Amino acid sequence: MTANAFIAFQKNEESRAIVEAIVEDNPGAIVVEQPAMVKVDVPGRLVIRRATVEDKIGRSFDLQELQIHLITISGHLDETDDEFSLSWLS
Amino acid sequence: MTVAALAPYEFASRDRLENFHGKQLVYVWWEKHRMFSRPFVVALTPATPFRRLFEDYISTYAWHPDWPHIVWDQVIWQNGDEVFTPDFDASLAQNGIGHKDLIRFSTPGLDGIAGTGY
Amino acid sequence: MDMKVDKKLGLKERYALMTRDLAWETTYQPMDKVFPQVTYEGIKIHDWNAWEDPFRLTMDAYWKYQAEKERKLYAILDAFNQNNGHLSVTDARYINVLKLFLGSTPPLELMAARGFTNVGRHMVGAGPRVACLMQAVDEYRHFQTQVHSISNYNKYYNGMNEFAHQQSRMWYLSDGKSFFDDAITAGPFEFMVAIGFAFEYVLTNILFVPFISGAAYNGDMAAMTVGFSAQSDEARHMTLGLECIKFMLEQDPDNLPIVQRWIDKWTWRGTRKLASVGMMMDYMLPKRIMSFKEAWEMYFEQNGAALFNDLARYGVKVPKCFVQTVAEKEHVTHQSWIGFYMKPDSTPFHTWIPEKDELDWLSEKYPNTFDKYYRPVLEHFDAQEKSGNRFNNKTAPMNCQVCISTIKFNDPDDPMKTLIRSKTYKGEKFHFCSLHCEEIFDAEPEKYIQAYISSHQVLQGNCAPEGVDTTAPDFEPGAHIAAYWRLDKAATGDFNGSEDQANFAAWRRQATSN
Repeated sequence: MTANAFIAFQKNEESRAIVEAIVEDNPGAIVVEQPAMVKVDVPGRLVIRRATVEDKIGRSFDLQELQIHLITISGHLDETDDEFSLSWLS
Repeated sequence: MTVAALAPYEFASRDRLENFHGKQLVYVWWEKHRMFSRPFVVALTPATPFRRLFEDYISTYAWHPDWPHIVWDQVIWQNGDEVFTPDFDASLAQNGIGHKDLIRFSTPGLDGIAGTGY
Repeated sequence: MDMKVDKKLGLKERYALMTRDLAWETTYQPMDKVFPQVTYEGIKIHDWNAWEDPFRLTMDAYWKYQAEKERKLYAILDAFNQNNGHLSVTDARYINVLKLFLGSTPPLELMAARGFTNVGRHMVGAGPRVACLMQAVDEYRHFQTQVHSISNYNKYYNGMNEFAHQQSRMWYLSDGKSFFDDAITAGPFEFMVAIGFAFEYVLTNILFVPFISGAAYNGDMAAMTVGFSAQSDEARHMTLGLECIKFMLEQDPDNLPIVQRWIDKWTWRGTRKLASVGMMMDYMLPKRIMSFKEAWEMYFEQNGAALFNDLARYGVKVPKCFVQTVAEKEHVTHQSWIGFYMKPDSTPFHTWIPEKDELDWLSEKYPNTFDKYYRPVLEHFDAQEKSGNRFNNKTAPMNCQVCISTIKFNDPDDPMKTLIRSKTYKGEKFHFCSLHCEEIFDAEPEKYIQAYISSHQVLQGNCAPEGVDTTAPDFEPGAHIAAYWRLDKAATGDFNGSEDQANFAAWRRQATSN
């Protein structure tokens, strides 16, 4: 069984767009809403693409802006200008 | 094993006997009566009669509804894992109770509130 | 001087220029003299440049985003206070979770800040040094925002004003203090495993995520914003911890047994520390979001299993304590609440027996244990309190020599029995709450024989306020303890009948009527 990589954000207008982008780019994403926060699980690898977030949010977006809304992550992280990914190798 | 360190690492125990000014620590626990959460500790001189430990301290367990039902000659006393029979009129030292010893007692048939161990 | 960085540079280049390039090889003194602490723990490092922060966060970007977080945080705090936000929480009992949480956490954040400042000084590579610097500043920020939060609630409620004094003196704060004292007195690599990996990665999710979400659920916008603002830094901290583990394991195969021992030790120490956090979730939040058991399953068992399966390629095994923690998740929060409930004179927050619907919730969430072991005794306490015989255990506790928890956890094989392990070292007896704590002691007995156990200090005569003669023949060691702790009497006792309860009800009436 592939373990889930996950990410959680504080609930706000920006994270709403980010979560929409994740759902679009990650088939199998499971979104769990909890009070004041939202958690997204994806089996194996979760990716956030800058281009998709920009499309949803309607402005240019620097992936490092995720820092402001992040609550927690699970998985090995890799971040470039265009992609932020979390993955389990096994 | 020893502590990995850049310099010699030797310290005295913080709770060694001499720090208690002539007294020693004794811990007490009533088995399967966990509403008291954890054993308690008192500091007494080694010459203190066991009866005083019982009357002044162990008797605080009387808040438990099982207390009046204890048949005292059936109580099993232990010092750590060793079963012993305390002589109530002898001192802690004469009863073989040393610094930081744990005195536990079990009351057969009494297993706490509704048999829960509490 | 304003540093201009070419905006066209990519993240990787920017990270290389703004981080890696800031380091240099020393020439006036040899590197091993400048960095004396990185070898004595036995960890072998061959190439410090192999460590890279996967966030690739540079200091300039760090300040920018942290400033943004602070602006948001304080805007929310101001709005909360201007709107009398403290009266919008679900129930006045809720305030007590803040007293416990905010009363115990800020000094630990400060210790984390000190620890990361130290480790940032001693790590050789620029990657870990910069990441440790950021984390040190983060921890100071958490300390500061939590103290500001205390200040807001302290205007209205009892028991919050002496948290700093109480930190190194009070019985129930000794376990957290011991946790950080142990970590900060270890070498830099063990500190990173302790705080960066075991605490931040494996356990902090349980500490912060469901608990802070629970604060929001209970209408406490202030604690929510402070908590989530702090948590927004934790993803970076978790990443630093995991990178450190991978770095050590990739650098030399000889590092594995040392790292494994630290993972075993610190996962267990963190687990013990979390028992009281779980208790806050199960007993102190009037509106409950999930049980501690559910949080443990989601964040520790599932997430932890994914992590350890992944690390298996380095030879790392699941922490030794894993099986015991799974068995204990059904018990520890109930045992912790009973431990606090029975000491009404000894905490600066109130305790109570949950209402019937809350007991029903616990029965439902803990079907294997709650009705069988805990509900009858809580109902007994409740009946006694209602007949004027509120439980008050006036005795002093026995503590574990290693984790400094009171010895209150059950034998894994028999929930009716308390587990107490004992051994003699250099002629003196020592006692432990678990096999895991005993093994931690065995590895470094010289460290743990120095443990500060509050009740023993009282009995040594070390806990009297200034002006009391502890050598006088009639000196009673326990008589001055409340004054020594600076414990406000109004803050103690059962919630029912407390000043907080009466004030909250009166203020809420004022807020909702003319």
